[in-house]
Formats: sequence, structure tokens, C-alpha cells
Amino acid sequence: MLKIENLHAEIDGKEILKGLSLEIGAGEIHAVMGPNGAGKSTLAYVLGGRAGYEVTKGSVSFAGEDLLAMDPHERAAAGLFLGFQYPVEIPGVSNIQFLRSAVNAQRKARGDEELSAGDFLKLAREQAAALKMDAEMLKRPVNVGFSGGEKKRNEMVQMGIIDPTLAILDETDSGLDIDALRTVGDGINTIMRKADKGVLLITHYQRLLDVVKPDFVHVLAAGRIVKTGGPELALQLESEGYEAIAEAA
Amino acid sequence: MTELATLPTWRDEAWRYADFDALKAVWPDIAGQREAISVAPGETERRTIVLETADPNVAVKTLAVTIGKGARFDLHCLAIAADYGRIAVEVVLEEGAHFELGGAILGMGSQTLEIVTEVRHEHPNATSNQVVRSVLGGRATGSFLGKVAVARHAQKTDAAQSVKAMLLDRTATANAKPELEIFADDVKCAHGATVGELDKAALFYMASRGIPPGEARRLMMQAFIADAFVSMADDAEREAMEAKALAALEAMQ
Repeated sequence: MLKIENLHAEIDGKEILKGLSLEIGAGEIHAVMGPNGAGKSTLAYVLGGRAGYEVTKGSVSFAGEDLLAMDPHERAAAGLFLGFQYPVEIPGVSNIQFLRSAVNAQRKARGDEELSAGDFLKLAREQAAALKMDAEMLKRPVNVGFSGGEKKRNEMVQMGIIDPTLAILDETDSGLDIDALRTVGDGINTIMRKADKGVLLITHYQRLLDVVKPDFVHVLAAGRIVKTGGPELALQLESEGYEAIAEAA
Repeated sequence: MTELATLPTWRDEAWRYADFDALKAVWPDIAGQREAISVAPGETERRTIVLETADPNVAVKTLAVTIGKGARFDLHCLAIAADYGRIAVEVVLEEGAHFELGGAILGMGSQTLEIVTEVRHEHPNATSNQVVRSVLGGRATGSFLGKVAVARHAQKTDAAQSVKAMLLDRTATANAKPELEIFADDVKCAHGATVGELDKAALFYMASRGIPPGEARRLMMQAFIADAFVSMADDAEREAMEAKALAALEAMQ
């Protein structure tokens, strides 16, 4: 579903990703772990298509298409969802208005009929309830005045409503308390643990992986994947630290 | 705003950002044109102004408003379609009166658009609230000049101004000039002004959810100028204003 080959990317002329390769098949959940500054968020932004991140070498294909040739909104319409480490506040635009525009823009891009206001509201309420988010928050401006945890929960509500085929989740677990972590983790499982979907979880910690069990765990260090293993690798990282494993690799 | 028989110059404070070349085409015909409005004590009056295109394409609207004791006057205006457009309002507030202004300036090309107010709190307990939002592209200039004068005995005056401009191009210009003249000592006069651009992080966030760039910009600009119309009491009128503003914003893309 997603194939990253020898990806090199830089910001302001500084190379951050230095030959990263990774493949995610349908039905798989992959976790990428690594120390600060390894390039985890850069990987997420490059896949999302954020301006300022320049790919100098390598390729990324998504469902057989050249992902890097698409604009960010086209990537979304193709089924890619980027969960932000720091979700952005948009004053004056309600969550509902924002998401309805998003869903209908995606449907339009795919040649599907737009959802009516009523159908959309029903869908939004269901997803908010599934993630234990107060439906009133759907009426509030996007992320404005939300706590860190509420923002992350809102990201997952958005993911549920948009229903992507591939989710790149950048530190979705940071800022969550233990209960919220469980709710968000269960949400990821419900929405994304399906035979035709894939997930790339970017995280620092093992604790999210106790809820969302990955099929593969990768260690990202200095812009490359230095080690790949099963769920046991995450446990090993937790006990031994990144440094020991990155060095041994 | 003194009455001027001769063409004003930039030295006249209330005209300092005007387009004098454009003004010449209608001067002195419009020099004395001002509409007087008097709101009777305890009454509420509402007014909306949309500066439309004219021939020559200069639109100047001047109001002189007196708001009686305990009365209220709401003015909502939209400066869009003119090479030079000016809305000038002089307001005198009696005791306990309220003046509400919501204005939007949407300019592109080489348009010069301005809203100029002079609000005189001449008696105690009167309030005024002025909200102006501008979106400017190309080489357009959008200005808000807001003077608030509080007389010596006009205690408990509460006057607020909020002015925000968003520049779509680095070649556009926004002017925000509050001017406070306060002779009373127990008053509240707040003013705030910002000039900014569309938030790139928010645009990327919207794109990452599938919203195309044009629609993302439109949603953000729409939300930005909506502040100017939230105080409109009549839903149908507000929707009509928002629709006109939206059409102008779409033309700016």
C-alpha cells in the first residue's frame, strides 16, 4: 500500500532523512520509534506534503501512485490521513464546517456524491461518541481552546469521520492521560485495524503499543531505519534505550 | 470631520490615506453630501451600507448620526466595489446610548477603501463598539481611522475598537489608526489592531484533510471577516451581507 524507497529529504538545506526505506502492506500496523531529532516528524510531514520539506532523492508510492507528485489535498483524497503532533487551531471555522468541507471535497475528488448536512451530522456525532468526545465540541472552532488531550482526541474523531485507508499518526499518544490513551488507542483499532487499511504509528513510547499492537516495529535513527522487528522490539527499546540498539544495528 | 469646500489633502487627518486623484472626479459635488440620522431616545435603528460600483467609480458615503438618550444605532458596512470607496461616520452619543459598528473592507487591484469614524461620547454611560476587518490583495489600500472623543463629564464611557487586517499579498497596504481624545477620568477605551497574513500552518492542516487550497483560503477569510457581522440582529440581513462579502472574496482569488 505504501512503499518508501531510499528517501532523502531536507529542510532549509539540512538533510534530515538519509535514505529511508519502509513498506507497509494492507492490513498492517507499523510503529516507528526513535530518539528526538531522528527525523520522525519530518517523515510524517514529507508524506503529508508540507511545504518546506524538500525531497532530494528516492520515491514514495501509495496504492501504486507517485505520492510525492500529489498536492497535500490530493493525497488526502487518495486515502492518506496525517494525524498531527500539534493539531492547528483555526479560529472562526467550526469543527463541523471544517470536516464537512473536508469530507465533501474528498468525495468530490473521488467522483462520489457529497453528503447531505443531515447525513454528515449523523456521521460526525457517531464518531464523536465512539471517541467519547462531547458532541458540543463539534460546534466549536477547530481546536481553539482545546486542551492537548482534546486536540489529539479530535484528531481521531476526524480520522473516524474521514475514514482513510492509510493513517500516519505523529505522536498521537503525547499529551494523553492513561484513560484518554486507551480511548484513542481503541479508536485507532476500531477505525484502522482492517484488512484493507494500513497505519504508521510514530511514537516515543511503548504504552500506546500496548493498546494498538503493531505488526512491525522500526527504529529510526539519524534519518534511516536502522532496525526492524516485531512487537518485541518495542519492549527491548523500552528496557535498553534507543542508543544501545541504534549502535548495535 | 470638518466640512471642506476645497479638496482635502493628506494633511487633513481624516483624509490622510484617501485617493485624491479619484476624489477629484466627484469633488466638490459630494463635499456637502451627508445624510443626517437622528435616533430618538430609547429607540433602536439599524443601517447597512454596501459600497457598490458607481460612475465614475468613486463611492463616498457620509453619515452624521445623533443617538438619543438610551437609544442604539447599529451600522454594518461593506466596502468592496469602487476604485475609491469611503464610508465616513460622525456619531454623537447622548446619555446611555450605544453605537455599534461592524465593517468589512475587501480590496484588490489598486483599490483604495476606507472607513473613517468619529464617535463623540458627550454624555455619561454611553457605549460604543467598533469592529473592522479588512482583507486586501494586489496593491490595494484599506484603512480604518477611528477617532473616539470623550467629553469631560462623559463618565462611565465604554468605547471599544477592534481592527484586524489580513494581507494576501506583500504589495497590499493596511492602515489602522485609532485616535483617542479623553477628557473624563472614569472611562474605559479599548483598542486593538493587528495586521497579518493567512496562517500557513492552518492552510496545510486543511489541505491534509482534503480541502483544496482555494476553498481553504476562502473558509479562513470568511471566518475572519465574519467578526464584522456577528452583531447584526437580523439573520436574513446578516446572511445577505455575508453572501456579498463571500462573492467579493471569491473574486479576489
